[in-house]
Amino acid sequence: MSKTSEKDTSFIKKLTGNRLFLPIVCLVVVLLINLIKTPTFFAISINNGVLYGYIIDVINRASELVILAVGMTLVTAASGGQDISVGAVMAVAGAVCCQILSGGEVSVNEFANPLVLAIVVALIVAGICGAFNGLLVSYFNIQPMVATLILYTAGRGIAQLVTGGQITYVRVGTYQAIGGYIGGSPVSTPIFLAIITVVVVYLVLKHTALGLYIECVGINGSASRLVGLNSKMIKFLTYVICGVLAGIAGIAASGRIYSADANNIGLNLEMDAILAVALGGNALGGGKFSLMGSVIGAYTIQALTTTLYAMNVSADQLPVYKAIVVIVIVVLQSPVFQKFLAERKAKKAVAVEGGQK
Amino acid sequence: MKASNEKAVAANPMAKKKLTGTGFLLIVTIALFFVMYIAGMIVFADKGFANAQMFLNLFVSNAGLIVIACGLTIVMITGGIDISVGSVVALVCMTVADLMENKGANAYVALLMALVIGLLFGVVQGFLVSYLEIQPFIVTLAGMFFGRGMTAIVSTDMIAITNETFMKWAKFKINMPFGTVNRRGDFIAAYIYPTVVIAIIVLIIIAVLLKYSKFGRKLYAIGGNQQSAMMMGLNVKRTKFQAYILDGFLAGLGGFLFCLNSCAGFVEQAKGFEMDAISASVIGGTLLSGGVGTPIGTLFGVLIKGTITSLITTQGTLSSWWVRITLSALLCFFIVLQSVIGTLKKKK
Repeated sequence: MSKTSEKDTSFIKKLTGNRLFLPIVCLVVVLLINLIKTPTFFAISINNGVLYGYIIDVINRASELVILAVGMTLVTAASGGQDISVGAVMAVAGAVCCQILSGGEVSVNEFANPLVLAIVVALIVAGICGAFNGLLVSYFNIQPMVATLILYTAGRGIAQLVTGGQITYVRVGTYQAIGGYIGGSPVSTPIFLAIITVVVVYLVLKHTALGLYIECVGINGSASRLVGLNSKMIKFLTYVICGVLAGIAGIAASGRIYSADANNIGLNLEMDAILAVALGGNALGGGKFSLMGSVIGAYTIQALTTTLYAMNVSADQLPVYKAIVVIVIVVLQSPVFQKFLAERKAKKAVAVEGGQK
Repeated sequence: MKASNEKAVAANPMAKKKLTGTGFLLIVTIALFFVMYIAGMIVFADKGFANAQMFLNLFVSNAGLIVIACGLTIVMITGGIDISVGSVVALVCMTVADLMENKGANAYVALLMALVIGLLFGVVQGFLVSYLEIQPFIVTLAGMFFGRGMTAIVSTDMIAITNETFMKWAKFKINMPFGTVNRRGDFIAAYIYPTVVIAIIVLIIIAVLLKYSKFGRKLYAIGGNQQSAMMMGLNVKRTKFQAYILDGFLAGLGGFLFCLNSCAGFVEQAKGFEMDAISASVIGGTLLSGGVGTPIGTLFGVLIKGTITSLITTQGTLSSWWVRITLSALLCFFIVLQSVIGTLKKKK
């Protein structure tokens, strides 16, 4: 009897000890709440050859967040800090892309320049934004959040300057397809973009030593340097990757509204991305990371957002709930709290032993 | 070349100290302010930039910022940071406006409430940062989103303040003995509002507190080196906690002063204000790594921000976005300068 119980506890320990345990439990809880509130939550129907349903909507809307969360995970792991400029970089990328496509006009019905050119330039600009952050963080040793705070506030201003203070509209089917549906696909393009991003980054991390290097640098920067890793370069690289990914997310977001709205693209998404990383079981202080955890975290956050919207919480008020969730997660993760828990457990064990005697 | 340098240093150690020390940053800041302001006076002389009132307006429109930047200087000296201040300002303005206009409260209750909100933010954030040892950035980032969201929960509409007592405070002009003479030869005295007086008093109190009180010296010790401060027997956690409480209180007070200036509450108010406060502090010579910083320097940081704003508004054709972009560029420049000075020091 005691043997089985031992086995049970070890199984539970293994389960709860798993990195993905927290994010999956959270996702399941959020989904269950939704299922109880709206029984048709998982129902999927096909209208005009396109998949419809709450769950599809959540997956669709989470796409940008998933892309951002991937970049944020790498940055967090390598530098032990977060990039809070991602939302602003999204706006910059969207603005650059739309401005090139429209050729400077406020609203166009056909491309002034090729789509590929616009996308490539937008991604390069986003990469430069990332490189700027990376330069400050890795080569000038500035705390990541202070360094990225610069672009967080200036980024939207830059996007405004790019579009000349207006909202640039690109009313072309091909551009709308980036945020909508390509050809006869039943699933929207951002979902594909998110999946491709995750798979590509995963494969790169898996088949090169980059993933290992990033963890190494995050755990102990100076030790990795002594081992022969160029830790500054690796940190720098994660910021560039994060910038480019924010660019992809920005283009997808601007494709959805076929315009460049510098004030609203990616608004408050930096918080969601950080939340996704924290929820994914990654330590915000850097080191080991789990890409899958962040991806699941991102879907959880989006499900939570949709749920809150369904409960008549306005977009302005959402941050309150998210801020509370973030604080709860970081408190649970904090070493002081964990130590407190461990001490309490130890005390209890001692008390039980004493009682048995 | 090097040898002669060393000789000079040996002969005059004080000169060396002055050059590499953080006092250098402060000198750069003060010089920058005067250069900018004088350049403005020359370029925009016909638009009244040289008027005494124009100079006083730097204080009038930034009274709240001075108080809040002082608070930020305090937490930054301990090596922390607070990016929730902009949201606290918005929340304070909205609550004050809502209390007086919709709930019928009087202006004193509103003022009290503003201070309570600030204190609450300070206590909660301070507890999380100091006792639970969570990164201040994460805590105050959450605080920033929380404050902004709470503002929207209080009200999503803009509330203009019409309360009599409040407006009396807001519009009470204190005339200066100097001023300008207009075209018809009438003398117009330059004026300030009570907010400026409060801001200056707070600034002086904080400056004295940091320089001469036990608490102030503890802050510098902790920021300089937390480990050695702890070994010296200082209660690091409690001091940090107190620093955040003081910062929260000042954010509440600064928010109220801001409200006296804007006389309204709306959700998007003071967006990016944290950036203004942080850059004022950093430009004024506060080190992001902690241990160094003075309220006087911060005052000059605020004045530089004010000068940029008035230069851009006087110029007239540039979009207001340029204020933030210029300020960000300046912040970036000073951060890099700090970092370079820090590395040079280490190499020695």
